[in-house]
Amino acid sequence: MTKFILGRLVKAVFILLAILIFNFLLIHAAPGDPAAVMAGEAGAADEKFLADLRERFGLDQPLYVQLWTYLKGAVQFDLGFSYRQQLPVSQLIADRLPATLLLTGVAFVLSLVLGVIAGVAASARQGSWGDTAISTLALLFYATPLFWVALMASLVFSVWLEWLPGFGYATIGANYTGFAHAMDVAKHLVLPATTLGLFFMAIYMRMTRASMLEVSRLDFVKTARAKGLKRGVIQRRHILRNALLPVITLAGLQAGQIFGGAILTETVFAWPGIGRLMFEAINQRDYAVILGVFYISGAMVLLFNLITDVVYVIVDPRIRLTG
Amino acid sequence: MSLLSIRDLAIALPKGADRPYAAHDISFDLTPGEILCIVGESGSGKSMSANAVMGLLPQGVRPVGGTITFDGQDVLRLSEKQLLDLRGRRISMIFQEPLSALNPLMRVGAQIAEVFEAHGRLTPPERRARALTLLEEVGIPDPQAAIQAYPFQLSGGQRQRVMIAMALALEPDILIADEPTTALDVTTQAQILKLIEDLRQARGMAVIFITHDFGVVADIADRVIVMQTGEIVESGTADEVLLRPQHPYTRALIDAIPRLTGQEDTPAAQSDPVLSVEGLNKTFRTGSGSFFGKPRVVKAVQDVSFDLFPGETIGIVGESGSGKSTVGRCLARLVNPDSGRVIVEGADIAHLSGAELRARRRRLQMIFQDPFSSLNPRARVSRILTEGPIAYGAPRTEAMTRARELLGMVGLDASAMQRFPHEFSGGQRQRIGIARALALDPSIIIADEAVSALDVSIQAQVLDLLADLSTRLSLSMLFITHDLRVAARICDRIIVMQKGAIVETGPTAKVLHNPDTAYAQSLLDAIPGQEYERALAGAG
Repeated sequence: MTKFILGRLVKAVFILLAILIFNFLLIHAAPGDPAAVMAGEAGAADEKFLADLRERFGLDQPLYVQLWTYLKGAVQFDLGFSYRQQLPVSQLIADRLPATLLLTGVAFVLSLVLGVIAGVAASARQGSWGDTAISTLALLFYATPLFWVALMASLVFSVWLEWLPGFGYATIGANYTGFAHAMDVAKHLVLPATTLGLFFMAIYMRMTRASMLEVSRLDFVKTARAKGLKRGVIQRRHILRNALLPVITLAGLQAGQIFGGAILTETVFAWPGIGRLMFEAINQRDYAVILGVFYISGAMVLLFNLITDVVYVIVDPRIRLTG
Repeated sequence: MSLLSIRDLAIALPKGADRPYAAHDISFDLTPGEILCIVGESGSGKSMSANAVMGLLPQGVRPVGGTITFDGQDVLRLSEKQLLDLRGRRISMIFQEPLSALNPLMRVGAQIAEVFEAHGRLTPPERRARALTLLEEVGIPDPQAAIQAYPFQLSGGQRQRVMIAMALALEPDILIADEPTTALDVTTQAQILKLIEDLRQARGMAVIFITHDFGVVADIADRVIVMQTGEIVESGTADEVLLRPQHPYTRALIDAIPRLTGQEDTPAAQSDPVLSVEGLNKTFRTGSGSFFGKPRVVKAVQDVSFDLFPGETIGIVGESGSGKSTVGRCLARLVNPDSGRVIVEGADIAHLSGAELRARRRRLQMIFQDPFSSLNPRARVSRILTEGPIAYGAPRTEAMTRARELLGMVGLDASAMQRFPHEFSGGQRQRIGIARALALDPSIIIADEAVSALDVSIQAQVLDLLADLSTRLSLSMLFITHDLRVAARICDRIIVMQKGAIVETGPTAKVLHNPDTAYAQSLLDAIPGQEYERALAGAG
């Protein structure tokens, strides 16, 4: 087991390195000169000023030198300096990361738990109106674009009904502490997390339902029935455990997508996370920040995949014991 | 006093099935301690009838008439709660596929303990202790280790023993065994049959044993019921049904059993061999799955050499894992041998590649075991039969004409051309598989368990077809099988394999009646129904 995790970690380091290099080259292949953007903002775009800017940020160096400098820094978590925000990128990310982790983490757990429960419920009533209702609802969530759901949720629950705050991370100027602060954040979290989670919940529901129905036709379920076990026990202990295997695989893959979805959600709900940082950075051609966000989100996806692998190994003895 | 009494049972199939009833007019009695065999081919309704006793019919299939009286109450009228109490405690069941019948994610001990839990018996430590005794009782080597094991860590025979341990846990009055030995090797089958027989005697338990194998029936049955398309066509004591069958269907089934008395006339090997195998080796290395672990090494084929002469049929027999299928796959170059020579018509194809391999390979064609998965479900028969010849440059119209001829040759109508594989029965599909192999004008056919998935009457027809084709087209055949009866029926010579190596080679009659090695003898001894066969021969 330890060996297995170590092996995966070694692989992950190499993949992360490849991601760094690839992103760096990709950004530099894109048209546009950051020095020109900065100079434009400063309102003084003569050649001398541009050359000074390029020299100051190392943009006049050959590409491989820039890459080497970047990689050296990245290993020490020095991700460069944002000339737009006048702050180190690592600090910008460190400020925003907790909010994003909170949002994506809650959305992920919510979508997985609710998706699996809904899937189990639907499969247990296969063909009934309950199954049809759950499946139709899931299809609706799946088919509706995320940004639209976000805008509508904000409009209905925040503007019309005034049940929940529609934007931000905490009530501005309230200065809550302790439990009150946690409750305040939680209230702000409800809309963005639900919005972000709905799409994924629909996927997990469909997957769980299909997988449960498939497993329930297998021979060992008949064995369990022949033992005289109650339906609920068979559902939980025999069918669900086996049916979860493909759902876990899918969840691991989707974890990366939740990060992608976070960009939209954070923008609509003004959630101060990495997604919004990224959105702003793209608008401002803030290359160092974009690269930093890529790097961190790449690392997050790898981490999620590693967690998936470990969970899989725990759940499925066939992998654990032959591995 | 009968323990179980079934009267006029009718089980309806869902609308749109090929017939209205899975079984009807089913009536029989079971007395304590008796072994009742229900025999029939696939689709005869034998499993459905038995499943109805436990209230475990598949979705959409339901009993519509009759009574199943057990212990004074009609099972068909019991509530789900009453049925739960019955299942596993009074009546229990074992199935055909011992791998898929166990939950892959649960330890064996926990799965046995679950039976006690389901009926609220014993405390958890007591359940565990009982599971251990049960595993001992069913003869699992090292029960302490087995109780901690997951199903995939046990062999097929051991898994079936676990299933039996589970079924016996609460000392039921009736054990329903649905083809429990069909998926097992002949030696393992003999052990499991003996175990069931011993347990029946020790506990006075009644057994309903469902099978398609008359050899098994002859060895264990007290009474026999023969079913055909949902009806009981004959029933009686084992001797009555097996030795003096009244119904033509029963007689046909019994006649279709391949006899062990092999052919005596072995064609003398005059000419040069059409296939020469010299020193064939194949070792499989599977990754250990972890980054640093040691790979697992299986020597599947070790130094195998033999000659196949024109018009000859050689049987390669052995238990699962003996390497017999790997030999066939190496010859067809579906897997690449590590070393050794495979000489087909003068050329060593073991190490050819590219165009040369393609040109030579058509002379050597395979027929596979599973007629369901070996034909492309999305391709019409016309495409299945012409794809090969067209790939080798035959004009389309010529290939189509040839395909129609081939269908006639394997006993199918030319109208089959436009149909898809799922529209055919298992036996018909295997005929299409044979036609597909013949389409490339091979000189050698490798048949890998080609009739193992078929019912005995269909099996006999396909074997006759193969024998007939090999004479008419002077084909040479390698017949890979685990079934010595099938080998006896069709082969001139037999090669016995064990753990990747050839242990014995000789003419069929010699190997089957006077083998040189103890291993071949043990395979022979394990074949069910031998006494019965002698009795039949004596009577006939």
